[in-house]
Amino acid sequence: MQKSLNIDAHKCTGCLQCELACSYEKEGVFNPSRSRIKVFTFHDLGRFSPYTCTQCSEAWCLHACPVEAIVDNQVIGAKEVLNDVCVGCKVCTIACPFGTINYNTDTGKVAKCDLCDGDPACAKACPTAAITYVDAEQTGLSKMQKYAQLNLNGGE
Amino acid sequence: MAWTEKVLRVNLTTGLCQSEPLNMEWVQQYLGQRGLASKYLLEEIDPACDALSSENKLIMATGPLTGTMAATGGRYSVITKSPLTHTIACSNSGGFIGAEIKNAGWDMVIFEGRAEKPVYLYLENDQAQLLDAADLWGKSAWETDELIHKKHQDPLLRIACVGRSAEKGCLYSAIINDLHRAAGRSGVGTVMASKNLKAVAVRGTKGVGNIKDFPAFMQTTQEAKAVLAADGVTGEGLPAYGTQVLMNVINEIGAMPTRNMREVQFEGAENISAEAMLKLRSSDNKANLTTNAACFGCTIACGRISTVDKGHFSIKNKPEYWGASGGLEYEAAWALGSDIGVDDLDALTYANFICNEDGIDPISFGSTLAAAMELYQMGVISDQDTGGIALKFGSAEALVKMVELTAKGEGFGLELALGSKRFCEKYGHPDLSMTVKGQEFPAYDPRAIQGMGLTYATSNRGACHLRSYTVSSEVLGVPEKTDPLETEGKPALVKAFQDVSAAIDSSGLCAFTTFAWTLDNIAPQIDAACQGGWTTDKLLEVGERIWNMERQFNLQAGFTAKDDTLPKRMLTEAAKTGPAKGRVNDLNKMLPEYYQLRGWDEEGEPTAATLARLSL
Repeated sequence: MQKSLNIDAHKCTGCLQCELACSYEKEGVFNPSRSRIKVFTFHDLGRFSPYTCTQCSEAWCLHACPVEAIVDNQVIGAKEVLNDVCVGCKVCTIACPFGTINYNTDTGKVAKCDLCDGDPACAKACPTAAITYVDAEQTGLSKMQKYAQLNLNGGE
Repeated sequence: MAWTEKVLRVNLTTGLCQSEPLNMEWVQQYLGQRGLASKYLLEEIDPACDALSSENKLIMATGPLTGTMAATGGRYSVITKSPLTHTIACSNSGGFIGAEIKNAGWDMVIFEGRAEKPVYLYLENDQAQLLDAADLWGKSAWETDELIHKKHQDPLLRIACVGRSAEKGCLYSAIINDLHRAAGRSGVGTVMASKNLKAVAVRGTKGVGNIKDFPAFMQTTQEAKAVLAADGVTGEGLPAYGTQVLMNVINEIGAMPTRNMREVQFEGAENISAEAMLKLRSSDNKANLTTNAACFGCTIACGRISTVDKGHFSIKNKPEYWGASGGLEYEAAWALGSDIGVDDLDALTYANFICNEDGIDPISFGSTLAAAMELYQMGVISDQDTGGIALKFGSAEALVKMVELTAKGEGFGLELALGSKRFCEKYGHPDLSMTVKGQEFPAYDPRAIQGMGLTYATSNRGACHLRSYTVSSEVLGVPEKTDPLETEGKPALVKAFQDVSAAIDSSGLCAFTTFAWTLDNIAPQIDAACQGGWTTDKLLEVGERIWNMERQFNLQAGFTAKDDTLPKRMLTEAAKTGPAKGRVNDLNKMLPEYYQLRGWDEEGEPTAATLARLSL
């Protein structure tokens, strides 16, 4: 079963544990600026929202790459960057409609979420379950359940 | 090693920004943040100097765990000599700027001298520049934050700055970071403004990587997070209710200072409590509390984000205040509420916004206003003095008007900006000032919580709850329950809490973790990150050393045992209601024993043996 990251922004407190976990997993340091997942603060609304790659099936980044440095890991459904192939041309960063693949000036390569080999560090670190790793075909399950419950009460 | 081992020294007089190695010998004795920066301050300035002269220095310091994945590892402190108390000042703040300074590669930034014209520090990793702040001077902290972000076109900059109150010399001005977190107490913002330093804007992309043993650190921090999550206070109470969870509890035990501490219970407490913040308003069907929020790396998330009712008189025609921002913490709700007898939740929330917007300490402001209201009631202050505003206890209008004037440094606000001590002296009634060493009391009446009387009297930064929060034991039963009305055993309790707090304030972690953690949970996290064999015993020793060093600073600044006291009201006017009815604070029963336990002589000075034992 493939899984997806499922983000419930309502539960996010903006603590950045996900960014710390991601940067530690991928770079070996605690460094939010190197995280592949970002938490955005909407101050006036009092809201926080984590955002990262959605692992598109027909991934724009993958198709745009001129050197085939982005590959589809079909087991876990992640689009992964092959560091030794990437030439740092940044075309993928332009192609991605969501901005979730970014250039790293230290390495001269791009970096994106690769679901940590099927065990994403961000989801494990999230203290409020705002980020979970769930059945890729059932990401709407908890929402469905919520509305099903509303239905029990006659939609009230 | 968790420390970056680098200090940025910014000479505001010459404009020179220089890197220097961190004193690693002191690190083993003082750990970081509060302890280490206080050591630097004591070594580098004359404690007797004028706090607002260029001789004073201001240090922004992180701890070894700041910027790491340890829960709450985002704290930083501002250390300087206080213009409010003339004691050593150390104000601790969360938010995100502490971790950003660390991520930029610095353990601390030392500001010295005074700039000729307003400047701000722009710090991007190794590059430090002092830039012209002429266009920022005269702006609020919120405006300053926005203008700097726009100017550098960088939404990821983290900013700490002062508002207009500090520029106008308000003696309890805060340094605001990330819009609504504050190094709030003792007037550290006033010192910053006196140096013509308007803001510090930081972007750090280096990260924190020099952890002694990464796998051990990940394991121990993970275990400690599980302890926080499983605890009733840190796992449930604080995220749901914030520190405001205390409002009804403290009121019930008759420890709620009310109307300039004349009373110990507030009839309107329920209306300004955590429960009230969750209630849906009839006007817009929304609650005062919009959400809870976390500081950097915090898995507790006690922060409050609130909105004011758009129809409320304070913001009716001011759409700029219609959005969400930092809401009421318990201390602010008390100071802006029960201490002045106001139970209008929206007025309190708005006043809190203004305190954040222009960087004033709501505790000191509320307490000073409370004294002014008492003097107004006595007829010592008239409408003529206040510019026509009736300073009546219970008046939300007076609160709103006065917080605006104090924030901007206008009219009667300039009088309130003196702080309670100087204000009451000026109007001929020094006894009405509810302060110790010139700093206003926080929200726990020492007649009903005896240990807090000793806490206030002996705090190295003047009245303060965070130097030894014995409320934890005396009221909440953590780590073990003691009787709040009893004085026996309190000297030892206060000493223990003071030493533990000093250690935690030097680590980069938040004091609120101690509702669930003891030093036994904290020591392994520090030890996994830092060289030096950091055990609970070593942390206790470091804490005690820090406490005594701060004491040395204050003694050199001219303080004596005479200053370790409480206002007459706490010592002679008995509580009128509640469980403590008929009680005063029995400080004289506790203080001599406290000196003894500290290894201090009767003059309150550490003996030679104590200094030698602590290598001071």
